[in-house]
Amino acid sequence: MEAATTTTTLAPLPSEKAATRALPFSRAQITGAAALLVIACALPFFLSNYRTFQASMVLIYAIALLGLNILTGFNGQISLGHGAFFAIGAYVTAILMDKFGVPYWVCLPLAGAVCLLAGFLFGLPALRLEGIYLALATFALGVALPQLLKYKHFEGWTGGVQGIVLIKPDPPFSSLFGLKLNPDRWFFFVTLFVTIVMFALAWNLLRGRVGRALVAIRDHPIAASTMGIDNALYKSLAFGVSAMYTGIAGALGGIAVAFVAPDSFTIFVSITLVVGMVIGGLASISGAFYGALFVQFVPNIADQISKAAPWAIYGTLMIVFMYVMPTGIAGALRLAWARLKRSRQDNTAA
Amino acid sequence: MEAFAHQVIAGLATGGIYASLALALVMIYNATHHVNFAQGELAMFATYLCWTMLNAGWSYWAAFFATLAIAFVLGAAIERIIVRPVESAPVLTVVVVFIGLLVILNSLAGWIYTYTIKSFPSPFPAAPPFGSHLVTSHELGAICVTLIVLLLIFLFFRYTPLGLAMRAASQNPDSSRLVGIRVGWMLALGWGMAAAIGATAGMMVAPIVFLDPNMMAGILLYAFAAALIGGIDNPGGAVLGGFLVGVLENLIGAYVIGTELKLTVALVLIVGVLIVRPAGLFGKVIVTRV
Amino acid sequence: MAVLLEVRNLRAGYGATQVLHGLDFSIEEGSITALLGANGAGKTTTLRALCKMVRINGEVRFAGERIDGKSTEDIVRLGIAHVPDGRGTFTSLTTEENLRLGAFARRDKAALAEDYERVYRLYPILKERRGQQAGTLSGGQQQMLAISRALMLRPRLLLLDEPSFGLAPLIVKEIFAVMREINREHKVTILLVEQNAAMALNLSDRAHLLETGRIVLSGSSEEVKRNDAVRKSYLGY
Repeated sequence: MEAATTTTTLAPLPSEKAATRALPFSRAQITGAAALLVIACALPFFLSNYRTFQASMVLIYAIALLGLNILTGFNGQISLGHGAFFAIGAYVTAILMDKFGVPYWVCLPLAGAVCLLAGFLFGLPALRLEGIYLALATFALGVALPQLLKYKHFEGWTGGVQGIVLIKPDPPFSSLFGLKLNPDRWFFFVTLFVTIVMFALAWNLLRGRVGRALVAIRDHPIAASTMGIDNALYKSLAFGVSAMYTGIAGALGGIAVAFVAPDSFTIFVSITLVVGMVIGGLASISGAFYGALFVQFVPNIADQISKAAPWAIYGTLMIVFMYVMPTGIAGALRLAWARLKRSRQDNTAA
Repeated sequence: MEAFAHQVIAGLATGGIYASLALALVMIYNATHHVNFAQGELAMFATYLCWTMLNAGWSYWAAFFATLAIAFVLGAAIERIIVRPVESAPVLTVVVVFIGLLVILNSLAGWIYTYTIKSFPSPFPAAPPFGSHLVTSHELGAICVTLIVLLLIFLFFRYTPLGLAMRAASQNPDSSRLVGIRVGWMLALGWGMAAAIGATAGMMVAPIVFLDPNMMAGILLYAFAAALIGGIDNPGGAVLGGFLVGVLENLIGAYVIGTELKLTVALVLIVGVLIVRPAGLFGKVIVTRV
Repeated sequence: MAVLLEVRNLRAGYGATQVLHGLDFSIEEGSITALLGANGAGKTTTLRALCKMVRINGEVRFAGERIDGKSTEDIVRLGIAHVPDGRGTFTSLTTEENLRLGAFARRDKAALAEDYERVYRLYPILKERRGQQAGTLSGGQQQMLAISRALMLRPRLLLLDEPSFGLAPLIVKEIFAVMREINREHKVTILLVEQNAAMALNLSDRAHLLETGRIVLSGSSEEVKRNDAVRKSYLGY
């Protein structure tokens, strides 16, 4: 079976063609986005609390996957240990909220800052690691993490094996335009807000000079540096920013679940993130959402197919996707859309 | 002094296990330039198959060799069926496939055998050899088994025509085809042998750490460290690296940092080697010309 | 004499680029044929196409049997040995191991000792350095090794890709002399790709001139040598 060969068609950078327009979006895109926003805001009032929680988790995974995609999809640095940054974000938030009573909305940027620094610091030695070796090193990080979190000398902070229990923040007002708010619903709006901000920032970053530099480094590192791009700086920054995104997602995740513990952050979290990124679509911002939906709901489906071996289904899907859809859902959609446009052009030309 | 000697010898025993797994990793890396992230889970799964046979009443050595044969076939099949289609795909695709394999094997083992820890017998007597205080019979036995396996592999590659063909196929697939070597089958053979070697490692370590679907994760990490220290393309180096890492693990655990951070030690070793000397002690330093 | 290799409408290329646009030629058993042409004409691609190292269209018959559908390994087993450009030496293995690999596809292992002797007689330096790592041999020695490795197959047809490349004239003379001996004494049919047109035409019985993937001139080597266009473009006088 011929699967992906050495060149895969990855997403063009966001709005390459739109850069020439006065407003970087078409009218259709703006209407579409507005519609999505309205639906999103309405969702929590039509869904049960549990479903609202799941919706929040989808957004959280989307942020985390966007983070990983910045590093691996756009910049080509493979990380099999991104769960570590997810965990750091969660633990920083938990410790600040639990031990120091810091309000959650202050914890989020703080967790982001800590992860930005941690990512940048990890990115420095990672500069010397190529492809498979970086994958190896990050894999080791992912495997070693739970043991490190359980370490008895850190127990005062981390709560050891038992972890830390959090309380979901209460909404600041009890109702909005006459619609009742509860912690789950309120948290969904917080998450939605953070998601919009983070994605807007990423979109802006990636469509400009920085995005092009990252992709250039991914595709032709030597050529990139001869063009004057400071590879080391961009790669380390990519690591830092990527870690920050996943860390903020982790912080949100910790609050959403209201609990952080070492065994919540095994290598399987890192694997989940990689799976989501690849299935959603490498180097694709929209791919983060498809991946998040996959990661949140497919394990449930797999669970129903086989109570005992959901991960086996998961693993099989991973492999099948690599054979059949290596550019992910976003890539497949793009190909389908291009084919549709071409056939429409052929029809009008004929 | 005696405690120190015991740590060293125990370290050599586990080191032998790391060496075997590291050798399997290096074999696959040499043949395909891929790191098989699923090597540990393959070994674990094979060990569970052995356990099934033992439970069904087979004698130890019958089950042992049957497991090697099954692991061989399983490894070769995985190469031909699952890995072959993505052979020349980008690194990330291949990594995802290997991780997928890891996940499937881990999950299957958990499903078929549950996550309760099981004991796994050792073929060696319970009493220490020659009444020694320094080493248990199993530790000595494990070292011997490792050394025998390594010797057989060495002789195979050095002196048999098939071994020569496999070496040729991994170094220069095009020229190998031109002398009539079926390169695809050489790869499958390599995978089969690596799986069998991994199975030996699993069966030797299971009596010590107890059988459980997650038992090989930490060992895989140490095997990675060993392979990197020895040079990812150097089988002899991997073996030396394995013994070295085993001893280091015990000494650091006993005298420096305690036994609770073993995986972090492995992580530090891996990152350290990759940064300080990526070619390892004996590997080839690749210089890329611009 | 019988036709050993027959090629009809051979097309081949790399990916989207087609390099050979329909070659037609045949080779008689026991002859030496030269394939000439400038860089990029498709000479190397032709040899690789015969061994199925690239995707091909068209018909190739070896001793009457169609081989265009077979894999490289099977084609080799029929008795076609290919000395690729760049020699294709197994650089990390020893000289002797390289030779042993040449005989890998042989069924009649008994005659092997004879073949080692033959090869060592042709190239005594290889016997001297048989324990040495092949990558450390000089260019000329590696070429000798590559040819010897091909001979270990006891091939009926020997394909040689630019054996003179990068070698000193004296060494090239030696190698060509050996080729003449192999052809005369051991009845090996040879298809030789060469940029050194003069030497190739002196050695060969027939020649084909390749230009951008098409054969533009065929004939006996004498005829081709006397051809005006060939003289001016490829022989320099």
